[in-house]
Amino acid sequence: MTDTQYDRAPGDASTLPDVERGTSSGALVYTIGLVLAMVLTAMSFWVANTSLLWVGGVSLGLTVLAIAQMGVHLVFFLHVTTGPDNTNNVMALAFGVLIVALVVVGSLLIMADLNDNMMPAAELMNLQMQH
Amino acid sequence: MNIAIALDDEVRREARPSASELGPAPKRIVVGYGFWIFLLSDIVMFSAFFAGYAVLAHATAGGPSGMQLFSQRSVAIETGCLLASSYTCGLMSLAIGSRRYAATYLAAVVTFVLGACFLALEARELAGMIAMGAGPQRSAFLSSFFTLVGCHGLHVTAGLLWLVVMMAQVAVKGLTGTVERRLLCFSLFWHALDIVWVWLFTVVYLMGALS
Repeated sequence: MTDTQYDRAPGDASTLPDVERGTSSGALVYTIGLVLAMVLTAMSFWVANTSLLWVGGVSLGLTVLAIAQMGVHLVFFLHVTTGPDNTNNVMALAFGVLIVALVVVGSLLIMADLNDNMMPAAELMNLQMQH
Repeated sequence: MNIAIALDDEVRREARPSASELGPAPKRIVVGYGFWIFLLSDIVMFSAFFAGYAVLAHATAGGPSGMQLFSQRSVAIETGCLLASSYTCGLMSLAIGSRRYAATYLAAVVTFVLGACFLALEARELAGMIAMGAGPQRSAFLSSFFTLVGCHGLHVTAGLLWLVVMMAQVAVKGLTGTVERRLLCFSLFWHALDIVWVWLFTVVYLMGALS
């Protein structure tokens, strides 16, 4: 019966209650996460300020770095894994990400499209851009 | 042969019931999962503010743009504060797991101080913008900016209050099951706020400085 398991609460690490070992390896996980997040943050600030990169690609690079950092936070701070005891948490998260993507991408697409289609002669009456 | 394998498989599956056959899950899992769902709905709300900001980012109505207003130095310090406080919040949940009261209080104090530093810097930045005449009523860009950043700031404020209340509960009640579950929810909340901030400094401050 020892291999039957409940799901894991979100945010709980999988370490079993072996206190001594659990604590030190747990702290190590958080420290790795902190270092990775700091590296990614520093990279984001560098990418935004450098003139070495092609300007058009900078915002794409920043988006990729933000997604990577979100992954670091989820894995090292919130202990999201692909294990079977974590399926419910991951499914809920995936649904949340889907809704977020729909809201953000959908709004941007629709507004950009409206902006294109409703533009009169010049940029004279471009309501969205001027108010 | 095939039948034998199938039977063997059947037997093994019966010996190992799935989580859904074990009866109600422990309260910690139910509470944590419920709070996880709440956090996701909160993030969906943030995504609406993000979408609003992204649409209105260039609608400055002749007023100041992000490039003129944002100071990357203070944003970098704010980011560092929030990231470090997320880290100490993780250390706090480790201390709670191993019942070390002194370490719990220490980690909570550091988390609180770092969060308060973040909030103070952000408040100073927003107050400075309002004093310059770049308040939320100046343009659609600034309205959406103040809504988005202010909403995150309100969440951080609520988190700090929550942390104080939780430490009072630890002091009075000790680390009982209920208090421990509330602390689990708090750490989830605090880490989620840091994820929102990652997107905030990327989309608002760094991309805003580009154009």
